[in-house]
Amino acid sequence: MYYTEGLPVPETPSPGETPGPWERTDVVGKPRPRVDAYERVSGTAVYPSDIVLPRMLYGAILRCPHPHAQVKKVDTTAAEAPPRVRAVIGPGDPKTDLPWSFRDVKTTLFPKTCRFEGEPVAAVAAETLYQAWDAAGAVRVDYKVLPHVSDERRALEKDAPKVHENGNKLKTDTYSRGDVEKGFFEADVVLEQHYRTEAEVHTPLELHGCVANWDGDVLTIWESTQGVYAVQSRVAEVLGLPLSKVRVIGHYMGGGFGSKLQTSRYSIVAALLAKKTGRPVKSFLPREATFLAMGNRPPSNMTLKAGVKKDGTLTALSFTCLGTGGAYPAGGTSLVDWQIRDLYLCPHVRTECTDVYINAGPARPFRAPGHPQCSWALEQMLDALAEAIGMDPVALRLKNVPDYSQGREGNPPYTTTGLKQCFKEGARRFGWEKARRKTAGQEKKGHLRRGVGMAGSVWFVGGGGPPSTVILKLFSDGSANLNMGASDIGTGTKTVMAMVAAEELGLRPEMIRIEHADTGTTQYATPSGGSKTVPTEAPTVRDAAVQVKRRLLQMAAEEMDLPVEDLRYTGDDIVSRSRPDRRIRIVDISGLKRQGVVVGVGHRGPNPEKKTVNPFCAQFCEVEVNTRTGELRILRFLSTNESGRVMNRLTFDSQVIGGVTMGIGLAATEMRILDANRTGKMVNRNWHDYKLPTSLDVPADIVGVPIEMPDAEANISGAKGLGEPVTIPTAAAVANAVYDAVGIRITESPINPLKLSSLLEQQKKEG
Amino acid sequence: MKKLITLTVNGKSHEVAVEPNETLTDTLRYRLGLTGTKKGCEVGDCGSCTVVMDGKPVNSCLVLAMQAAGRTIETIEGMETEKGLHPLQEAFVEKGAIQCGFCSPGMILSGKSLLEKNPNPSEAEIRGAISGNLCRCTGYQKIVEAIQSVKSE
Ligand code: FES
Ligand code: FES
Repeated sequence: MYYTEGLPVPETPSPGETPGPWERTDVVGKPRPRVDAYERVSGTAVYPSDIVLPRMLYGAILRCPHPHAQVKKVDTTAAEAPPRVRAVIGPGDPKTDLPWSFRDVKTTLFPKTCRFEGEPVAAVAAETLYQAWDAAGAVRVDYKVLPHVSDERRALEKDAPKVHENGNKLKTDTYSRGDVEKGFFEADVVLEQHYRTEAEVHTPLELHGCVANWDGDVLTIWESTQGVYAVQSRVAEVLGLPLSKVRVIGHYMGGGFGSKLQTSRYSIVAALLAKKTGRPVKSFLPREATFLAMGNRPPSNMTLKAGVKKDGTLTALSFTCLGTGGAYPAGGTSLVDWQIRDLYLCPHVRTECTDVYINAGPARPFRAPGHPQCSWALEQMLDALAEAIGMDPVALRLKNVPDYSQGREGNPPYTTTGLKQCFKEGARRFGWEKARRKTAGQEKKGHLRRGVGMAGSVWFVGGGGPPSTVILKLFSDGSANLNMGASDIGTGTKTVMAMVAAEELGLRPEMIRIEHADTGTTQYATPSGGSKTVPTEAPTVRDAAVQVKRRLLQMAAEEMDLPVEDLRYTGDDIVSRSRPDRRIRIVDISGLKRQGVVVGVGHRGPNPEKKTVNPFCAQFCEVEVNTRTGELRILRFLSTNESGRVMNRLTFDSQVIGGVTMGIGLAATEMRILDANRTGKMVNRNWHDYKLPTSLDVPADIVGVPIEMPDAEANISGAKGLGEPVTIPTAAAVANAVYDAVGIRITESPINPLKLSSLLEQQKKEG
Repeated sequence: MKKLITLTVNGKSHEVAVEPNETLTDTLRYRLGLTGTKKGCEVGDCGSCTVVMDGKPVNSCLVLAMQAAGRTIETIEGMETEKGLHPLQEAFVEKGAIQCGFCSPGMILSGKSLLEKNPNPSEAEIRGAISGNLCRCTGYQKIVEAIQSVKSE
């Protein structure tokens, strides 16, 4: 009764045999609304920030207002005075000021030296939210304000204040292949240009925070996180608890974009306050604190020198980047050279990335870390080269598409690379050539200029991989429960997994209930990030479904007294191949009835050896520049994505549109502003001054075009990641379109009216 | 000092004791348990806390509970009827206008009050009406389409 009628169900591979790619799909790949859409639109979904427990207290964390300061004295007398304050904790108490670290640099929960504005100084728990904040405000702190450096470009100057005793340089990473000097010598055209992207802040709509509660020695945390198991392991480690005694739950969460992959000090603080008071404590950061302390996409200062032959062959790329992960080691230049190394064929490449400390909040991975920055430089450079040799930008890129990974040891081939198809199909669907002719021939009258631009990308990972374990339970009535640890951060993971199980079992997706993101009751999964959740979990779910089918076949074989190889699972029943009149309905299998449930345990198999699995993307856009005001209107965007098998066409489109929108933020609206010369403080720590793209800033016409290439090697679902690739080339495509419109290369993000109008003015003066 | 006020929320009248500095968001969420009204910033920037007060969408984090005394409030929890989800909620589901869903209650209420005032809004009018509601996930396009699809029904 629960089975999709009349549709063939995939063959069940014998034990030990790996299932091949689905030959046809009836559920997977179709547009399908979310399985939890009702909860999300009706207001019944309980996000961690909605949790209210009996006797719950509210926590508040006082944060350092200076970018660099010593905490001399903390006086909590006044904070403890108001009625209804139940606990105050701060520096110096070994029971609560626990060790904390950023990678290998050690500090504490409430450090004596605060190295960025927003480091925790003390925390309180009170009966109400308002009292908690009043009490935090009443903590008196004696700071010795230290000199700060808040601009990475000054961090290595001789007299720059030191963020850490051993200086401001964290590291320099270099990479090289071939001989760039030789490459430049062979080139017909060599160009060099400096580029900069500003820091962006993730600011998912749901604040960072959690609710912590102890039952005896068992700690439960409801946290807005991308990975419950990641939080569990860090909390257990810091508090010295066995993993089994830390339960982290994150059923719904209001966005993360990388800023909720890791565990933050606030979770430990909430647990300590809850322990001290013997009551549950809810502690969510105010928005302002998330701007300061919950990560960012760090700024990148890049110089790129590139050589090309007249026929479009790239001969050499030499790239340097100065970046910063803020006040602690946090991947300030992580992956920022990847596309230089890997995206286009080039025999001679050298990169050098220097990561320095500054007195600002530590970076966190932000949707495709490093990549959009690199793209900003590389893709603008490619356009400049194309112009210099009189070649079409798409043709230049097509000339240099590799089918193996040049940046990796041993140059492994990609399982599939649809980059060429992305460019070709994208150009065709966008009407690239016609649009280029039109903008080139536009009359230079009036104040509105149109331009078109494009860019391509590869994402460093996106193939997923082990480990992951899921459990699929088929109940005696034929409905199923899928139990997995992965978080659904808004991308539609739960829906895709229900579709995979439905496809394999021949079940209607509505008959599958998902339990997820709870370390107490669901299976181990790595955090949802890196565009790896679907390619990691979908094969695992498929494996679990295959196990269920195998178990049912075995039960039926025993009951029907037929060899298992003779039986075929059809979805509704199990049929003998040799004697089709012999069949048994699944719900009638007595073994299933007796046990009440059949359990399949799925594991994520290994990735292919000696090959690499990566998604590719190309984007095209059209813009209009107002040469009087410097305003930029983005009119349309087209994104072609080779991300393996499309799992759900509806969520595919949502990811594309959302990713392009985020890229438009980098291109045109977003920048963290630090008052580097004077106070070192962040001056735009709210959404009024820090501009996210609104409904008025993005085009109505963002189109996603999947380039589907069968990939039997990537994994048994054929899926690759999408969420990150789709935001990588966006900003560069916009910059290229602006150049096409007005002939100005904007090498520093964001392209806002302030910048554009002064550049237009300068252009006018210079004639 | 707390004060007793009467609020009409989703057609039902409630008597609640509120603090003078308490926002309507917190009253709804913590005193009435209506956590469908979200908090994203508490300073009027994001629209997650949008509710409809006397027929107009407002950021409930900018309204003191006491200012709402005697008024009629509609929250996301009031949209579903015995007949099921409101057509606009259905449209959000069908069009895929939700990702993490955190902005959705506010978006839906902004959209609904637009449609009540202006049953046939243009795309620009829709974009204008939700321009105070930030969404970090979806890129707005599907949200606009969802609101548009209800208008044409
Ligand atoms: S919470 Fe009210 S506008 Fe953001
Ligand atoms: S759906 Fe996540 S903020 Fe809008």
